[in-house]
Amino acid sequence: MTAKIITVTSGKGGVGKTTATANIAVALAQMGQRVVCLDADIGLRNLDVVLGLENRIVYDLVDVVEGRCRLKQAMIRDKRFDELHLIPAAQTRDKNAVSPSDMMKLGDELREEADWVIIDSPAGIERGFRNAIAPADEILVVTNPDVSAVRDADRIIGLIEAEQKEPAKLIINRMHPEMVQRGDMLDAEDVLELLAIKLIGIVPEDEHVTVSTNVGKPVVLEEKSMAGQAFRNISRRLMGDEVPLLNLEFKDDFLTKLSRIFK
Amino acid sequence: MSDWLKKFTNQPNSANEAKERLKLVLIHDRTDINPEVMEKLKDDLLKTISHHIAIEPESVTISMLHEGREQRLVADIPLKHYDRSKVG
Repeated sequence: MTAKIITVTSGKGGVGKTTATANIAVALAQMGQRVVCLDADIGLRNLDVVLGLENRIVYDLVDVVEGRCRLKQAMIRDKRFDELHLIPAAQTRDKNAVSPSDMMKLGDELREEADWVIIDSPAGIERGFRNAIAPADEILVVTNPDVSAVRDADRIIGLIEAEQKEPAKLIINRMHPEMVQRGDMLDAEDVLELLAIKLIGIVPEDEHVTVSTNVGKPVVLEEKSMAGQAFRNISRRLMGDEVPLLNLEFKDDFLTKLSRIFK
Repeated sequence: MSDWLKKFTNQPNSANEAKERLKLVLIHDRTDINPEVMEKLKDDLLKTISHHIAIEPESVTISMLHEGREQRLVADIPLKHYDRSKVG
């Protein structure tokens, strides 16, 4: 069995790449898959804190690439799932410490260690992004339903096309159904029409995400969270299951609907 | 929001404005063609075509369309109308 390598990227920073990476990885692990997460954001690592593994780091990605440790030594085992591992980014180096061909080589080694390798890409369109997508079999682009995130997603999608990779799939994160309903936020259809790529999931804005990041416990572990449910669904779709989209329609009571119409 | 509801409520709809602005921005981002380049292209096209056939320069439109992620430059160039009764 050889792993599938998925890279999560976005162009714009702060749209939820690391949150998406962590949650997809944990949801896959929940389904009994062997998963390795790789933080490719050298110099600005964060996947370790989102997963709650920051105190266990000894070696990092650059140590592996520069031969200071074996691959297995840099793979930190998760507290909750034996088959979930993290390879953290180096914090004191920069993106130029690693090259796209280093990443291809590392990707090939990791294929033997897991069913899934999930790579968290840095923001931007430079070296760090190129490193992150180099070994990818599939690329997920995270965006928010706002003008700047969609614009940057379009740039990234164009660059992925130019690299002759498989067409990327889209995650629309931080959707506010009630804002969409009152016409103050792009809806999923608008975003898909503009970007013209396939959708793999819509994740609603959810306070549970902040709380779960505070404590280093990804939101998919929170049974009741809508965002958690959305990320679980994305992971199931990656596994090939047909899962309908969440119904995010804002549940208005009859009177607010009426007052909106007659305002 | 459905169109009839929009008309009914008469609310400003910032999502529509976002979509329209993004459409234009993405065309320019994808093709690296800004409005200035488009104008120059139009002038050059008009000059070249006018060498060969009579056209109505003021009714020519050149626009960028996109189908999926493909961009397409579309020129609509009406020919000058001849009064056939005066010919021959």
